Amino acid sequence: MSDAETPSIDDAELAEESVEEVPEEELPQPELLHGVPVSESRGQVVLHPSREEYVALVASLRELGYWMCIDLCGVDYLGYGPNRNLPAGVAPERFEVVVGLISHSDRSRIRLRVQVPESDPQLATLFQIHPSVENPEREVFDMFGISFDGHPDMTRILMPDEWVGHPLRKDYELGRIPVQFKGASTAR
Amino acid sequence: MTSTDLTTLNSARDRLTSDGSVLRLSETEAEQKSGYQAPTEEGLGERMIMNMGPQHPSTHGVLRLVLEMDGETITRSKPVIGYLHTGMEKTGEELTYLQGATNVTRMDYAAPLFNELVFSLAVEELLGIEVPDRGQWIRMLMSELNRMSSHLLFMATNGMDLGAVGMMLYGWREREEVLRFFEAVTGLRMNHNYIRPGGVAADLPGGWEEELSAILDIIPDRLAEFDLLMTGQPIWRDRLQGVGVITAEEALSLGATGPILRSTGYAWDLRRDQPYLKYDQVEFDVIAGSFGDCFDRYSIRLAEIRESMRIVRQIIEKMPEGDYRVQDKKVTPPPRARIDESMEALIHHFKIFTEGFKVPEGEVYVAVESPRGELGCYIVSDGSSKPFRMHIRGPSFVNLQTLPHLMKDSFLADTVAIISSVDPIMGEIDR
Repeated sequence: MSDAETPSIDDAELAEESVEEVPEEELPQPELLHGVPVSESRGQVVLHPSREEYVALVASLRELGYWMCIDLCGVDYLGYGPNRNLPAGVAPERFEVVVGLISHSDRSRIRLRVQVPESDPQLATLFQIHPSVENPEREVFDMFGISFDGHPDMTRILMPDEWVGHPLRKDYELGRIPVQFKGASTAR
Repeated sequence: MTSTDLTTLNSARDRLTSDGSVLRLSETEAEQKSGYQAPTEEGLGERMIMNMGPQHPSTHGVLRLVLEMDGETITRSKPVIGYLHTGMEKTGEELTYLQGATNVTRMDYAAPLFNELVFSLAVEELLGIEVPDRGQWIRMLMSELNRMSSHLLFMATNGMDLGAVGMMLYGWREREEVLRFFEAVTGLRMNHNYIRPGGVAADLPGGWEEELSAILDIIPDRLAEFDLLMTGQPIWRDRLQGVGVITAEEALSLGATGPILRSTGYAWDLRRDQPYLKYDQVEFDVIAGSFGDCFDRYSIRLAEIRESMRIVRQIIEKMPEGDYRVQDKKVTPPPRARIDESMEALIHHFKIFTEGFKVPEGEVYVAVESPRGELGCYIVSDGSSKPFRMHIRGPSFVNLQTLPHLMKDSFLADTVAIISSVDPIMGEIDR
């Protein structure tokens, strides 16, 4: 399996070299791993595929030994600062779907961060590759309103079916119960 | 490591995506279709949709199952969850990193220390601090004891679910021994808030070794009683052997971890395979089954209690001296005694507990092996004192997906054995 991975690492090195060869190019070339921009976060490898590359990348990683999709969650970056640790060439969007894959044979993990725009919150499902994403994708749909194309049962999972809104979005209003202390004239 | 290859994995995946063990109906649809008699090609039996739970003696909380039955056989099923949803991930965004541990500890209430541990590890990874050795060994000691108490609780509930009502009392009694130790160390029997970012809340009390040794002397005999009561008993074996079978390939495709994955013979344990804390310095065996049935899952948990005791004995021997929390003024409040004599210490204490400490920007995923499988924590920090996003990868939440598959073509009477063997904790599933 390490043999299969080696060419892609070579690709990454080649990509770096090409940056040195063409210094006049304005946009810095992102470092590539498995053909997509890669970054590092606290020693963990993070890939940044586009929405179009996403499913094909997960499928090819599965061939490379990343057999298990361990985690899938959403993040709403509304109101986050400019420093999102994205490699060059990856445009930040409001939503992100974060997928964790694990390779048991070389005991390594890899993380995917896919940018999902607010205007079109949808993404292709991984269900056909990893049936384990069924519940997590439903949770992301429930909590963030990102729908997954091709998912067999795209319904709410934690909130009631008739619920309005997606609670983990940053602009979802928090319900608060005003605290009335004894003798206070106004609710705080 | 194993003989699993991509071809068998692919066939398992195809089976799981097309076979249809999962009933995919919304609640309203299920209601409309309940009691219907769809004509079948074979003309066999009558099909009906049945509701089980959310209030049911063996659903371990509030798990509801919608079952499609063909006579007494389950053809498809769907777990309906969310009855215990309290928005803990959202709450986590409103609490400082120091308060966060009190929030996450309530998720998997049978194994609270693991929740605190994984949250603290994630925060420490973002902060870039390392907990002193003694702190790490204390964490390890507490998590192994917690694994024991969680598995003992499983023994109790599993016994009760299957009609061995006496087991309910015995399992609970043994668990109480461990909880008594927790109370002596943390002040609480459950929801401890003991493991915090930066270390643990307090050092072990004097005489802890003797207290632990007493527990470790009692439990092996009691486990031998368990064997007598259940393991070798023919009725027990008949109820569990060959029930709820899953293969390694299917477990991998469904994301199952912990005893469910190990029961298939796939020995994957994060303590050994991606060591955290000081697990690389203790000796223990990873227990794996061979048939992937309910009996294997039961035996694995029973054997894991023994392995945990083995680890605890080594920890007692190897426990180093030193600090139990990191001496970093940004994260650690001053000692209680200093507050009485120093204004600065009081201010320092006040600031840490009101404002909290700031955590550098970034995102990190950390995982530990909880009694139920891989417990992960994904934190995104925006540089403030509260997490921007805190996601918990609950092992029960993912393991629950195996339920429809395990129950396919089994009898209604076996559902109870199967749910019990998955050992779901609803507090963590619904969060």
